[in-house]
Amino acid sequence: MSAETWQQVVFWIFALLITGAGVLVVTTRNVIHAALWLVGALMGAAAMYVLLFAEFVAWVQVLVYVGAIVVLMLFGLMLTRAPIGSAEFDNNQRPLAALCAAAVFVVTSVILIGAFEGQEINFARTAGTSTESIGTAIFSSYVWPFEVVSILLLAALVGAVVIARRD
Amino acid sequence: MPDSGVFEYLAAGLRGAVSRTNALPNCAFCVLVFGLSATLSYPRGSPRSCSHIATSGAVPAVPRDYFSQYITIGIFVLVGLGLVGVTLQLARLVRPNVPTREKYTTYESGIDPIGRGWTQTNVRYYIFALLFVIFDVEAVFLFPWAIVFERLGTQAFIEMLIFIAILAFALLYAIRKKMLEWL
Amino acid sequence: MPVSFFLVLSALLFSIGIYGVLARQHAVLVLLSIELMLNAVNINLVAFSAMLQEAGLGGQVFALFVIAVAAAEVGVGLAIVILIYRNRQSVDLDELDLMKW
Repeated sequence: MSAETWQQVVFWIFALLITGAGVLVVTTRNVIHAALWLVGALMGAAAMYVLLFAEFVAWVQVLVYVGAIVVLMLFGLMLTRAPIGSAEFDNNQRPLAALCAAAVFVVTSVILIGAFEGQEINFARTAGTSTESIGTAIFSSYVWPFEVVSILLLAALVGAVVIARRD
Repeated sequence: MPDSGVFEYLAAGLRGAVSRTNALPNCAFCVLVFGLSATLSYPRGSPRSCSHIATSGAVPAVPRDYFSQYITIGIFVLVGLGLVGVTLQLARLVRPNVPTREKYTTYESGIDPIGRGWTQTNVRYYIFALLFVIFDVEAVFLFPWAIVFERLGTQAFIEMLIFIAILAFALLYAIRKKMLEWL
Repeated sequence: MPVSFFLVLSALLFSIGIYGVLARQHAVLVLLSIELMLNAVNINLVAFSAMLQEAGLGGQVFALFVIAVAAAEVGVGLAIVILIYRNRQSVDLDELDLMKW
């Protein structure tokens, strides 16, 4: 089998992982399990970034998303003391929600397939995107978004402190 | 990536890893050290050897392109998962299984557990977790900055200084509001 | 490999997120579904960045910014959920039908 075929095999394995874990995130009856299945979906997405030559983004995904944001989510679950696995977590508009999601999926994928038909990702590369070129892009072309991110994080912390202090 | 199967890569990668240490280790400790050093030294391929085992042999080239590096990582992940799974299943085969009701209660330093296992954490811990997330994001941006710092010089330095100063202000705010004090 | 594989995968992940946002009652589970949608966007950005290699690294850099924004969003979102829980002893979104109480 050719290298291209193996890349497709890897793609399908991780696509199945992402989809399966994503479905379990939105259907499981246990809130903690939902957060842990989210880890599965995020790791699958990180594997996709590796497949797409974005090594740095993949490891940032593992560090920040899996390592920090999911931990924050678990903190949120501990702080709200939801009963594990007993209550009904879904509302009664499930069929409507499924219909809506299916409609969005069909419409977007039809449009995207039509718009990007025949466009290929060239996998004949010997190296991923180097962290150096990412750094050059951030610190010479995307300086303002980068600084705004710090202000956003500052605002998030101030907001959270103000909300959490009220006791 | 040349036109060949993944197993050829795998075999070539293993051959390369073996060749770089110039010996096949035959003790458990060396397998560990050998595996780690082969992985860590992958891109440069600096030779490291097991000191108490005779070395010999010349070496075929390792495929050095992008995906074959991740094949090495994939092998390590599979071996790691396999080790855990095999060990747990072996333990299940060997151990006696006598379930009683007391064995299934929560162990709480020998005392009978009181209440439910699901208790509410203090809200203050949330601020610690959030500070961790914020400075995690900051650290992630420091990596590319550290790489391009020498080339971009003062410009990159000032940019990162502003970034860190703004986030330091966040930390100062949390300290001033006494969110970091232990209760 | 056609780029539409990745685009359809991200559309699927986005739809799963939409289902979660609409069908879940628990506020934290809704936030988890929003994370799925943000990841769908990231897969799209990185796929386009890989397709248009000569057009620069905007896709990957913006994926990084999306991750940073997701961190801020989760921080504030969870703080609001915690505040609601403290005032109402519930995180059931269907019960939150008042702007003020």
